[in-house]
Amino acid sequence: MTDEGQPDKLDTLYPVGEKQPERVRTRHGRLLGDLTLDNLLAEHVTASDFGITAEGLRLQAAIAEQAGRPNLAQNLRRGAELVEIPDDMLLEIYERLRPGRAHSADDLRAIADRLRRTYGAEETARLIEEAAAVYERRGIFDRRI
Amino acid sequence: MADSYTNRWARYDLWDERHLSLDRFAVDDPENGFCAAASPRDPRPSLVIENGRIVEMDGVAAAEFDMIDEFIARHYFDLMIAEAAMAMDSREFAQMLVDVDVPRERLVKLSAGMTPAKLAEVLGHLSTLELAFANSKLRCRRQPSNQAHVTNAKDDPVQMAADAATAALYGFDEIETTVRVARNGRTNAIACAVGAAVARDGVLIQCSLEEAEELRIALAGFTTYTETMSVYGTEAAFLDGDDTPWSKTFLTAAYASRGLKARCTSGSSAELLMGFHEGKSMLYLEARCVCLQRAMGVQGTQNGGIDGAPLTASVPRGGWELLAENVLAALLDLECASGNDTRHSESEIRVGAKIMPFLMAGTDFICSGFGSIPKYDNSFNASLFNAEEMEDFLALQREFQVEGGLQHVPEDQLMAARARAIEAISAVLETLNLGRLSEAQKKSVLYAHGSDETDSFLPGEVAGMNAALIERRITFVEVVRALAARGFATEAARLLSMARQRVTGDYLQTAAIIRDGRVVSAVNDPNRYSGPGTGYVMTDERRQAISRMRHEVSKSDVLAGEGETGRQESRRWRIEAKGEAGPGDDPREVVIGISPGFGVRLHKTTGGVPLYKVLAALLEGVREGGGLPRVVRVRHTADTSFLGLTAARLAGSGVGIGIQGKGTTVIHRHDQAPHMNLELFSQAPLIGEADYRTIGRNAARYALGQAPVPVTIPYRGQALGARFHVQTALLYAIETSMIEAGRNPETLEVEFYDGRRTTR
Repeated sequence: MTDEGQPDKLDTLYPVGEKQPERVRTRHGRLLGDLTLDNLLAEHVTASDFGITAEGLRLQAAIAEQAGRPNLAQNLRRGAELVEIPDDMLLEIYERLRPGRAHSADDLRAIADRLRRTYGAEETARLIEEAAAVYERRGIFDRRI
Repeated sequence: MADSYTNRWARYDLWDERHLSLDRFAVDDPENGFCAAASPRDPRPSLVIENGRIVEMDGVAAAEFDMIDEFIARHYFDLMIAEAAMAMDSREFAQMLVDVDVPRERLVKLSAGMTPAKLAEVLGHLSTLELAFANSKLRCRRQPSNQAHVTNAKDDPVQMAADAATAALYGFDEIETTVRVARNGRTNAIACAVGAAVARDGVLIQCSLEEAEELRIALAGFTTYTETMSVYGTEAAFLDGDDTPWSKTFLTAAYASRGLKARCTSGSSAELLMGFHEGKSMLYLEARCVCLQRAMGVQGTQNGGIDGAPLTASVPRGGWELLAENVLAALLDLECASGNDTRHSESEIRVGAKIMPFLMAGTDFICSGFGSIPKYDNSFNASLFNAEEMEDFLALQREFQVEGGLQHVPEDQLMAARARAIEAISAVLETLNLGRLSEAQKKSVLYAHGSDETDSFLPGEVAGMNAALIERRITFVEVVRALAARGFATEAARLLSMARQRVTGDYLQTAAIIRDGRVVSAVNDPNRYSGPGTGYVMTDERRQAISRMRHEVSKSDVLAGEGETGRQESRRWRIEAKGEAGPGDDPREVVIGISPGFGVRLHKTTGGVPLYKVLAALLEGVREGGGLPRVVRVRHTADTSFLGLTAARLAGSGVGIGIQGKGTTVIHRHDQAPHMNLELFSQAPLIGEADYRTIGRNAARYALGQAPVPVTIPYRGQALGARFHVQTALLYAIETSMIEAGRNPETLEVEFYDGRRTTR
C-alpha cells in the first residue's frame, strides 16, 4: 500500500517530538522545549499549554494517511476539528448522540450546523448529519430514559 | 438410588474436588447464542456494489441495514479492491495469513475489501496453531507489550501508588485502574500516575469509568489513554450499551482532540450476556465489531472475550474463538490488547494453557489487564494472571524464551520503589491538604501483599479527597508542583514528560507505547515478520532479563549452602582415613561405601537429612540387625550401584551398602550384576533418618542369610524432578569432580561427638 519512497519520509518525520520537535507549537505558540518543569513552576507555562493543537493533529493525520491508515487519519482530522470546542460542549454533543437523547433528526442537524458554522468542523458535522438520517430510519430517537 | 452415590467410580469423587469441576461447560446451541463460529444463522458472505454504493452486504439489502451494517457499509470498505477481495477463495486467503512470503501490508489491504461474514469464514479455515502463527505475523507493533490492572478494594491511593510502581518495574507499559466507588476516579488516576513515575518514564495510565466521567479525568491530565469505548455486534446490544456507532465515533474523535490514546473494547459473548445475540455465532458478531472499529478510525481494540471470556470458553471451540478474534483485529491493522484479562476458568491448567498461544505469538498487549495486584483487590474481577501467578508467568516466558513484556525485579529495587511511591503520593496528598498518614500506616502499605494488610486510607476518606479534587478543579499541574515542592523532581519531570506527549500526539498512532521516554508504535516499529530471525527477536540483554527468577540455583549457591551446613555440622563428627581397605573376613561384616564427596563437600541429603545422622543411622541399623559395620570411602566412583558393589566385595558377608552424598542408597551383594541390586533407594528426597536405619538393618539381615521385608519409601506423586533435579545435578557434579580413577577404597574411623563411636 505504500510506495518505496514513503517509509523514508516517515522515518524523518515520526515521532515528531523526537525527529522534528520544532514543528510542534502549543496553543499559545510555545515550543515543545519550553514545556519544562522550571517554566511550569515559574508559571511561564500553564495547564492549557499541554493540549494538542489542531495543527498537531492534522500532522498526525497526515502521518497516519502516509502509513496507510485512512480511517485513523480521518478520526484524527475530526479530532483536529474538535480541539477548540469547550469540554462541556464536547460532552454535551456526545450525550446528544447517545440513543434517545436527541428526539429528532433536526436536533442533531442543528448541532451539525453549529459545528460547521462556529468551528468549521465539516467532517464532524457530516458524521452527525449521517447519524441523524440513520437514527431516523432505525428509530433511535425514541425516548429511552 | 442412595446406592448410586456410593457405588460409583471413586475417581469421580476426586475429579469433583478439583478446581475444574467449578467450571461449567455449555453445549453447542446456536439458536440460543452458544456457538463459537459458523452458526446456521450467520449470513453467507456477500457484497453488492452499484454505482460506487453498497446495496447489499452479507445478505442484507441496504434498506434493511441496521446501525452496524450501515456504519460498516459507509466507512469500512476500500471499494477499489472490495470486489476482488470478496471473490478470493476463503481458504486461499487463510493460507496467505500463515504464509511468511505474503507481506502483512498486502493482507491488511485485502481485508479492507472483505465483509464481516467473509472474514469470519476465512478464519474458520485456520487451526489454533495456525491462528497463533498468523498472530505473530499480523500483530501491528514489532515489540510485544503488556498491560496491568492496578486497583484495590479500598480505592486507597497510597497502596495504589506503591502497586503502580511495582507494576511499572515489572515491565507493564500500560496501567489500567478502576474504582470500587464511582466518584473515586481522580485519586486512583493520580496515584497510578505518581506511582508509575517513581519506577520509570512513559507508562500510560487509564482510569476505566463511565465514558463522560473518564473523559473529564483525562481532561484534568491525570490519564493518557482509554480503552472503555465498548462496541457490540448487534444493534440491540449496542443500544442497550447506551451508545451508537456514531456516538462512539464522536467520542473517539473527542479523545483524539484532547491528545489521548484510545482503543475500543469488544469481545465475544457480550451480546449473549446482554441477551441480544440474534442466534449468530460469537466470531461473526465479533467480526462485525472489529470491522466497525476500523471504520470508526480508532487505532486499536481490546478484544478476545474480555468480560465475556468465561462464557466463550464454556462452549466447544471457545478458546479457539478467543484467539481468532485477536487475529481478526491484527488483520484489520488494529492495535490489539488481546484479552487474557477476565479469568475464564478456575483450573490453573486451563489458565496456563490459555496464555500459551498468545505468549508464543506475541501480541501488542498480551493481557488487556494482567492483575498485578491480588485477585481480591482487582476491582475488575480476577484476571487470567494475577499477582499470585506473576512468577508462573515469568517462568513461562523464561522456559519458552517468549516475550510477555515482564521481567523479574530484585527485592531491594522493588522495596525502594514501593517506599518512594508511598512517600511521593503522601507528599502530594499532604501538599494538597487531602490527607495525611502516620509512619506506621505508610509502613503497613510498604510490605502489604494486598489491602487486607493495609492500615491506610479508608474508602470514606478517599471519597472526601475526590470531592475536594473536583471542587478545587485540581489538574496534573498542581500534582507536578506538589511533587517538585517536596523533592520529587524526577517524578515531577516524568509526569510532565507524559503531559508533553499529549502535545505532540505521537502516541495517537497505532499501537503506541512509550519506552524510556520514546514513542514506539506501528509507524516506527512495524511488525514485518517474514520467517525465522525476522520480526521481534530478543536481544541478548533481554534474553538474560527474562531468564532471571527469584529462586535460581547455581553451583555456587549449592556449594555455599553445603559449605554452611558443613560448618555447622563439622563439629558433630569426625572422619579419619585409616589406610587402604582390604577384604573383611567376619561373616557378619557389612561394609558401608560412602561416595567421594560424602561429608567432605556435601553435608546433607536432598531430603534434608545431615549426612552424619545418615551414617549414624546406617551404622545403628546394621548393628541392630546383628551385623558388624565398617565404613569405607570409595574414591574411584560416585555411581550408587558401583559404590554398593565395591562395598559388598569388601565385606566379609558379601553384603554392602553404597550411598551418595545426596542420599541415594543401595544394598548390594558381591555376586550380583552391578545394576541387579538387593534394594535400591533412588528417591533420596523422600528418605528419612529412620529409613536409613531400616536400610542398615535389612543389609545386616541379608548378610546373615535372612530374607527381610524390603524397605518401601512412601511416594505421594510429588514432582521430584521439578523440586530436586537442579540441586541433584549440581551435587552429583561435585561428587564426580572428586572421583580419582584407580584409587582404592580406604577404611574410615568415624567418631560422633554424642558419645557414639565406631572404628574398624
